[in-house]
Amino acid sequence: MSNFFNKSDLTRQNADKIVSDTLNNCDDGELYLEESKSESIVLDDNKIKSSNYSSDLGFGFRAISNEVVAYSYSNEISKDSLKNSSENLKSTLKSIKGTYNHEIPKSNKKFYEDINPIEQKSLDSKLEVLNKVNDFLRKKDGSVKQVTASFAGEQKSIEIIRSGGEALTDVRPLIRFNVSVMLEKNGRKETGVYGIGGRQSYDDYLKNDNWKNVCEEAFRIASVNLESKPAPAGEMKVVLGPGWPAILIHEAIGHGLEGDFNRKKTSAFHDLMGEKVASEGVTIVDDGTIDNRRGSLTIDDEGTPTERTVLIENGILKNFMQDRHNARLMNTRSTGSGRRENYRHIVLPRMRNTMMLSGNQTQDEMIKSVDKGIFAVSFGGGQVDITSGKFVFNCTEAYEINNGKIGSPIKGATLIGDGPSILKEVSMVGNDMMLDPGIGTCGKAGQGVPVGVAQPSILIDKMTVGGTKL
Amino acid sequence: MVKDQEFLKSKASYCLDLAKKMGATDASVTVGHSISETVNFRNKSLEASDRSDGLALSIETYLGKRRSSISSSNLLNENIKTLIEKCFETTKITPEDEFNSLPDKNLLAKQISSLNLYDETRFENNKKIKYLKDLEESASSNNQIINTESSFTENKSNFILANSDGFCDGYKTSSFAASCVTVAKDENSMERDYEFSSKRHLSDIKQATDLGNKAAKQTIRKLSPKKIGSEKISIIFDKRISKGMLSAFASAISASAIARGTSFLKDKIDEQVFANSINVIDKPDIIKGMGSQNFDSEGVNSNTLQLIEDGILKNYLVDTYNGKKLNLKSNGRSGGTTNLYFEKGNISYEDLMKKNSRSLYITETIGHGSNIVTGDYSVGATGFLVEDGEFKYPVNEITIAGNFKDMFKNIILANDLEFEYSVNSPTMMIEGMTVAGK
Repeated sequence: MSNFFNKSDLTRQNADKIVSDTLNNCDDGELYLEESKSESIVLDDNKIKSSNYSSDLGFGFRAISNEVVAYSYSNEISKDSLKNSSENLKSTLKSIKGTYNHEIPKSNKKFYEDINPIEQKSLDSKLEVLNKVNDFLRKKDGSVKQVTASFAGEQKSIEIIRSGGEALTDVRPLIRFNVSVMLEKNGRKETGVYGIGGRQSYDDYLKNDNWKNVCEEAFRIASVNLESKPAPAGEMKVVLGPGWPAILIHEAIGHGLEGDFNRKKTSAFHDLMGEKVASEGVTIVDDGTIDNRRGSLTIDDEGTPTERTVLIENGILKNFMQDRHNARLMNTRSTGSGRRENYRHIVLPRMRNTMMLSGNQTQDEMIKSVDKGIFAVSFGGGQVDITSGKFVFNCTEAYEINNGKIGSPIKGATLIGDGPSILKEVSMVGNDMMLDPGIGTCGKAGQGVPVGVAQPSILIDKMTVGGTKL
Repeated sequence: MVKDQEFLKSKASYCLDLAKKMGATDASVTVGHSISETVNFRNKSLEASDRSDGLALSIETYLGKRRSSISSSNLLNENIKTLIEKCFETTKITPEDEFNSLPDKNLLAKQISSLNLYDETRFENNKKIKYLKDLEESASSNNQIINTESSFTENKSNFILANSDGFCDGYKTSSFAASCVTVAKDENSMERDYEFSSKRHLSDIKQATDLGNKAAKQTIRKLSPKKIGSEKISIIFDKRISKGMLSAFASAISASAIARGTSFLKDKIDEQVFANSINVIDKPDIIKGMGSQNFDSEGVNSNTLQLIEDGILKNYLVDTYNGKKLNLKSNGRSGGTTNLYFEKGNISYEDLMKKNSRSLYITETIGHGSNIVTGDYSVGATGFLVEDGEFKYPVNEITIAGNFKDMFKNIILANDLEFEYSVNSPTMMIEGMTVAGK
């Protein structure tokens, strides 16, 4: 746990006083202190290409009255610097008075350990794994022309000080191990990428030589793509595999259910609360409470304990995801979804682990039911236009389906759909829900935060596939 | 006030001295300070105001051909000392890489000419508020606009780059940026669009009312879109999208992608990769340019580069490390392109619009559908169906797809190039791409 007050002239008492004095006439706000330590070690082109360590320390001071948010950050933790920030906040809010809401829920549950993953594995042994990955893949097949493998690890300690001196703390470990391989055969080049990670030590993810499985998966995806044919263009049936393809849920539904866009009525979902937005049998939750998952949080970045929020229950829209600010303005409660990339950024309502729960059909049944369509197994990134509701995501592994059978692999294509209507096109929900491998980062308003997704296999009756073959 | 050169230089030399003292054979350091203030408005009233004040330090230490790096925001000498110790310890156990080195001394920038990248004008928050009020007033004058959000950001930065070969230089830069996002609604749909202006000097920022009007106009025209069928059609890319083709091209000719063999443009130097009417230039010394620089992120002098001449690929974007791998000298592009642009074409915008009786005009793309290994391109798109040179109706929920290798050879550029951003392109037409819709 970081002690933010032992390296400067700012004492805890000073900080409490400045915070209380600043937030006295405001509706909400806090001082957020953060220290992060992170590393990145990359092997590329047969060599250790970079080894970087980084440490960051700073505070973000926020005051809110009515609809106005004043924010000031600095990476200098000192009495003067905090007083300067306080003056900034007061001058922005000088004519707007509020009543401070002291209430913040408490919980003793923790969803990960206070560890520093960087220190738990020596640099030597990290370098050894990266070199093994390189050798393993290059020996595996002559078509392997490029290998990139990397470790990324982080420990982030935060402390939130609220008016009146209440303090909330959290220590968050996060790691990711990634392998990318490029194959070349008969003049064609294709890449395959796979990674794993979460909020435990590197070795929790790498035990039993698990790095080999990561290599095999990256190699398999690249090999499939070497045989791929141009993707079809037009509307057709789409079967999505379980796990990571749930970024469809994240893009199509998740962002549109974040509180800020609904308070501002700029989301295509803002007037659909209580309405049917998905087929019967479709239930979607956003869950921050799964042990050690990438998107899990013990408390959010405002100090609210996270929870499992039901967004859509059996097709009906039940809840939005809320931070304190949007919840207050919408007369509801925070769902523990207030997040920020780091102390340089304001809090926004964000997703954690967004999951569609299992139904009772099988993937086989889905494939057999399709005359002409595609089977999408893995994806790169996605994006959504919140207002029009249109969203896309990019296949990195997909196959044609002809007459109920899986056919040739097809080239990476973009799939596009309409968020508010896509879940009504879901005609089968599988019994095989799976979590993603722990690699997702969600971007919003220039801030990236780690997230997770999960889903069973699903059949979508109509979606536009953006290939080149007419 | 942004920290002065003296302060940054003293931190930089403290780091270099310490690294040398610990036994580093070479070192380089960048120290920067940046202050920004942003005011956000929504529906004609203040929504948020934020101020950021950030120092940043990054150091690379070398022990012969071994190298590692650290970065931090904490510039207290005691912390710097701990970090450099850690960095150097890591360097010692990092394997050697024959291509690791500081840039060649004779390529380092020697004379710094003023590019007028810093405007010291302070635009106080109350003036930002006035600007945003005017902007949103004009943006919301049409009653189909149901939400307006806008922001004004002022940034002042300063930096010093120093290395153990004696390079030590840096300069102040400023930027001012105003943006507006509007949402319009009719009985069939709700749509969003935007407009922004970003400049080195305050006086060059677009008028508030022009920005607001333009955002509103661009949003309203998107209402009640239709989905079109799947077909091959010629596509006209609005300037804000056509410049993205240049960004994809730039990532495909970075020395790192070439050295790793992960670019569809590897081994294409002196070959035809664009239509023969196309010229692409990267010019670092445009006065007040958003991408202008005196030297790259390693201190290497950067000159104007003709990347594409009459459709032929002439240069990669080369940094020291990847240059050594490829046996090429750095051309001052560590950190990428500077002010990158297509030279203007010789057909007017109006004639381009009328070139085909039917075409698709794209104003926005979504998704990350550019693959520089294979050249495959597939993105979600929004735009307008054009018939006989006129916008007929808005189109959405479609994708456009092709391969850069073919697309680049089929580019036709209009003559409407303007220097607004760090990457600039005229309006562009590409024939023969596939649209997937109904």
